[in-house]
Amino acid sequence: MYDIAIIGAGIAGSYIARELSRYKLDIVLLDGENDVGNQITMANSAIVHAGFDAPSYKLKGKFNAAGNIMYGKICDDLDVPFKRCGSLVVAHDEFEMATIHDLYKNGLKNGVPGLKILFKDEVHAMEPNLSEDICGALYAPTAGIVSPFELCAHVAENAVDNGVTLKLNHMVTAINKVDDYFSITTADENIDAKLVINAAGLYADDVYEMVGEPYFKLLARKGNYFIFDKDAGSLVNSVIFPCPSKNGKGILVSPTVHGNLLIGPDASPVDKGDVSTTGEQLDYIKANALKNCPALPFKKIIRSYAGLRNTPVADTFTTTDGDFILEESPVKGFINVAGYESPGLTSIPAVAHYVVEEIVKPLIPNIESNPNFDPKVRPHLRFEELSDEERADIIKKDPKYGKVICRCETITEGEILDVIHRNAGARTVKSVKKRCRAGMGRCQGGFCSPRVVEILARELNCSLDEIMYDQQDSTYILAGQTKSAKEEA
Amino acid sequence: MIKELTCITCPMGCQLTVVDKNDDGNFEVTGNTCKRGPKYAINELTNPTRVIPTTVVVRNAMLPRLPVKTAEPIPKGKIFDAMKVINQVVVDAPIKSGDIIIENLLGLGINVVSTKTMAKC
Amino acid sequence: MIYDVVILGGGPAGLSAAVEAKKDGAENVLILERDRELGGILNQCIHNGFGLHTFNEELTGPEYAERYIHQVTDLGIPYLLNTMVLDLTDNGDLKTIHVINEEDGYTVIQSKAVILTMGCRERTSGAIGIPGYRPSGVFTAGTVQRYINMEGYMPGKEVVILGSGDIGLIMARRMTLEGAHVNAVCELMPYSNGLVRNIVQCLDDYDIPLKLSHTITFIHGKDRIEGVSVSQVDEKMKVIPGTEEYIPCDTLLLSVGLIPENEITRNAGVEMDDRTNGSVVGELRQTSIPGVFACGNVVHVHDLVDFVSEEAVLAGKGAAKYVKGTLDTNVTFTTVNGNGISYVVPQQVAMKNVEENVTFYMRVRQVFKDRVVNAYIGDQLVATKKEKKLLPAEMVNFKIAKELLAQYPAGEIRFVVEEAKK
Ligand SMILES: Cc1cc2nc3c(=O)[nH]c(=O)nc-3n(C[C@H](O)[C@H](O)[C@H](O)COP(=O)(O)OP(=O)(O)OC[C@H]3O[C@@H](n4cnc5c(N)ncnc54)[C@H](O)[C@@H]3O)c2cc1C
Ligand SMILES: Cc1cc2nc3c(=O)[nH]c(=O)nc-3n(C[C@H](O)[C@H](O)[C@H](O)COP(=O)(O)OP(=O)(O)OC[C@H]3O[C@@H](n4cnc5c(N)ncnc54)[C@H](O)[C@@H]3O)c2cc1C
Ligand code: SF4
Repeated sequence: MYDIAIIGAGIAGSYIARELSRYKLDIVLLDGENDVGNQITMANSAIVHAGFDAPSYKLKGKFNAAGNIMYGKICDDLDVPFKRCGSLVVAHDEFEMATIHDLYKNGLKNGVPGLKILFKDEVHAMEPNLSEDICGALYAPTAGIVSPFELCAHVAENAVDNGVTLKLNHMVTAINKVDDYFSITTADENIDAKLVINAAGLYADDVYEMVGEPYFKLLARKGNYFIFDKDAGSLVNSVIFPCPSKNGKGILVSPTVHGNLLIGPDASPVDKGDVSTTGEQLDYIKANALKNCPALPFKKIIRSYAGLRNTPVADTFTTTDGDFILEESPVKGFINVAGYESPGLTSIPAVAHYVVEEIVKPLIPNIESNPNFDPKVRPHLRFEELSDEERADIIKKDPKYGKVICRCETITEGEILDVIHRNAGARTVKSVKKRCRAGMGRCQGGFCSPRVVEILARELNCSLDEIMYDQQDSTYILAGQTKSAKEEA
Repeated sequence: MIKELTCITCPMGCQLTVVDKNDDGNFEVTGNTCKRGPKYAINELTNPTRVIPTTVVVRNAMLPRLPVKTAEPIPKGKIFDAMKVINQVVVDAPIKSGDIIIENLLGLGINVVSTKTMAKC
Repeated sequence: MIYDVVILGGGPAGLSAAVEAKKDGAENVLILERDRELGGILNQCIHNGFGLHTFNEELTGPEYAERYIHQVTDLGIPYLLNTMVLDLTDNGDLKTIHVINEEDGYTVIQSKAVILTMGCRERTSGAIGIPGYRPSGVFTAGTVQRYINMEGYMPGKEVVILGSGDIGLIMARRMTLEGAHVNAVCELMPYSNGLVRNIVQCLDDYDIPLKLSHTITFIHGKDRIEGVSVSQVDEKMKVIPGTEEYIPCDTLLLSVGLIPENEITRNAGVEMDDRTNGSVVGELRQTSIPGVFACGNVVHVHDLVDFVSEEAVLAGKGAAKYVKGTLDTNVTFTTVNGNGISYVVPQQVAMKNVEENVTFYMRVRQVFKDRVVNAYIGDQLVATKKEKKLLPAEMVNFKIAKELLAQYPAGEIRFVVEEAKK
């Protein structure tokens, strides 16, 4: 019997698990995928928003700026690439300037530090590649960019380091409330827990309906993106938002923390699970991004992708009002962390603290601190960032760091072995890519993926065709051996 | 009879025209750059052949497959039969480029040879 | 120790360049290769079709490579395997090469001259932005070539190939021989990007349809690829509505072009040419940094290895001359790609370094029939090369004798495709 079961190992579930591991509790973190952070947390804009857009009366307004301020420390502790590059909301006319003034005022209410309204010249001095038509902007120095993959993997790693049990490939299909605990059904086993935290992202409504009467519904809204080669990464220095409208935040242009450039997202309702990109939508993004950044080199695009927002539908389910749902549900002991859309990534440090301290703690009498809690993960060594001397040193200690596997990003075998053998470690080609960038570069794994497959097979002690690209069994890479398995020595 | 063919003997890929005025097997070939062209064209019309480059299973080498080829072109119609035979073969390193891997493939009088030197390891 | 010539990359370009530099008097030559063996991309190209020009024999890739590897070992040229070059810096007379490997760790090598022979890489799916899902089962043709030929694994059984580059064509046959079924090869352009001989012996032989003016408009399958939507395009390469067809498959191969691998070159500050994606080079493949040479696919993508070896001999000569102090640096001619030509290599010619003739390599922009390529200096016609057929997929090599060029004043040599004069 676990004290707490958390369903969903995206950033919400993983972070809450890690915060709970500060206490002496038996915690299990369940996810249906074979890696943590493999749904919404993997495909988003990766921006640590300053926090001026959500109204202050909403949870979003309350937690955004608060989460943002915590990012420096958590990314230090968890060794996650993070950069406070600032953001600009740009205006093309007086009408938009009025919106910018409103955002400024709202930002002050939300406690966003350092906000400043810039004149045309100041904008272009900061960002010489922006359109000449831009007449002013709202500058938010605290906005930043993060690697959401690494953040989620390291948070989960740290949670496991501190005693949380992580069970991947555990899709929850039913939940029964039995007396004062819950019995959770997964394909392989039943798991019992006194409390359940539902952090199932886009499927949080479905999971809740396993125990309670529906009171919120989640709508999948797709956002498409393009990633550009690092050659184009310095086109802008900060995150560039258009002026928001009824339709949302609009198409942004942003550097990524690893030096690429990203544009997107649009927003269109789709079926859950539909992460396909469409030609028209991709064209729409290009056209809109060009309005603010006319010099975008579309020839340098190396990847497109799409992510799904988990937007709570406010109309029919009045309690949500398009806000985060963070509460003990009508079913006692069952806590919903749902409708957890943007700025969910940014808010999570503050939200997790709130969920643990304000929602969970009151439900568990006599909770004791975990004296062994260590907020830091073992440092991740990134070969490319080392000085010449450090490189020489590390290869001397571990020759595997002398073997480059991904030539685009200069990722060594040592780094790949490290991410495989850590807690919450990598098991698939994609999970290696998410943790240490092998395959993220301009050749998109053309060169390194066969080598990564080989390393995974060797380390996990299986044959090459057992290694998956992503989801278990369905995303095989190799279909078997040539010469119909004549091998046997 | 008139036939247009692309000579595949070398990457020049000459466009050949073959004329057999009396349909008596006296072929006249034009369009070639070198004398291999006519030879190819006539072969292609009478008994088309191809070299097959492929692999066999190798043990104790740096890699699990050894590249091989038929030492001479074999009749096109025999390609898949040949693959069946080649797929059954297992060899052990060390192997030198040119070593005979299969003798007298399908009784055609043509050998399958290794195209790479692989040390034992 | 200070080397005379260090070669970055042990493919056919690197091997020939090393051999030539050594023969021409460079004493301490060293080859650096990141892979576990010499030979470069040829190790996975197990098909025949290499070396007809050079050896008058039809060799497979590994056989061709082995001939040069023997020359390298016979001349006692040392090489380091599993050694990755990270950076090249120019300190005037000496170049510094930063390398790593498992045995020696991080080391710095110094050399008077350097020859860049890092080859090229394949363009990828993201780069061409096909809409749809991003499932497993989408590979570049070269990756699959490596899986099948070297590792002995099949990626799937039902195959569609996008792009008619040579590697894609070769793999269509290779996968068919290994028991897969290739449904179609789709090519956006109205002509193939591969050699005609490969269409004949890789597609026609096995009744694999080549769909020209077709592209993939959607990738289906959330986890593993399940199929592709294929549509016809018009002359402007816009999809023609209503022509869409669904082809089921479990594997998609991309053979949509190669890009020279020039990270090291760019970081070193070598002047680049947007048309080739390689460095600007002279007749002996000297780059804008004195003492740095480049040849092979890193300069421009070659379709035939024979021309790679030919070009590498020039670079080897150049490097040896540079080390001996006999390389002339006065550029006589620059070259220009005129009408119908997309690029010309070399971009510069220093006449004093030329022995008997200069071979200009170029590619045409589209398919031409019965045209000539003319070389002009000013408005004077210098030389003409007749071609029955000019294809973008097939590099044109245009040889002009030194004596002929020497008759003209310094300036620009312009290459154009024109109607043949009767
Ligand atoms: C297009 C887009 C752009 C965004 N941009 C930003 C941004 O720039 N800044 C920002 O702060 N936020 C942004 N967000 C929001 C942010 O990404 C999300 O708030 C956050 O990632 C949600 O995390 P999660 O853990 O709730 O969901 P997820 O990451 O989806 O995690 C839910 C997990 O639950 C698992 N699961 C679901 N059902 C079951 C089940 N039945 N059994 C077991 N496991 C189950 C899933 O496998 C999944 O791993 C963006 C979101 C989107 C879609
Ligand atoms: C799949 C394919 C099929 C082909 N088929 C034919 C054919 O049928 N007939 C024909 O004549 N030609 C063919 N070609 C063309 C010919 O093989 C190539 O043009 C030729 O191999 C290019 O030689 P290269 O030395 O420039 O490059 P490569 O062979 O690519 O060699 C480059 C070498 O440099 C090494 N390297 C790169 N970067 C570094 C670094 N940073 N540090 C250390 N080492 C490095 C690489 O590992 C590699 O070994 C084919 C080419 C390809 C790609
Ligand atoms: S005729 Fe000669 S030159 Fe022409 S393709 Fe055939 S072998 Fe090559």
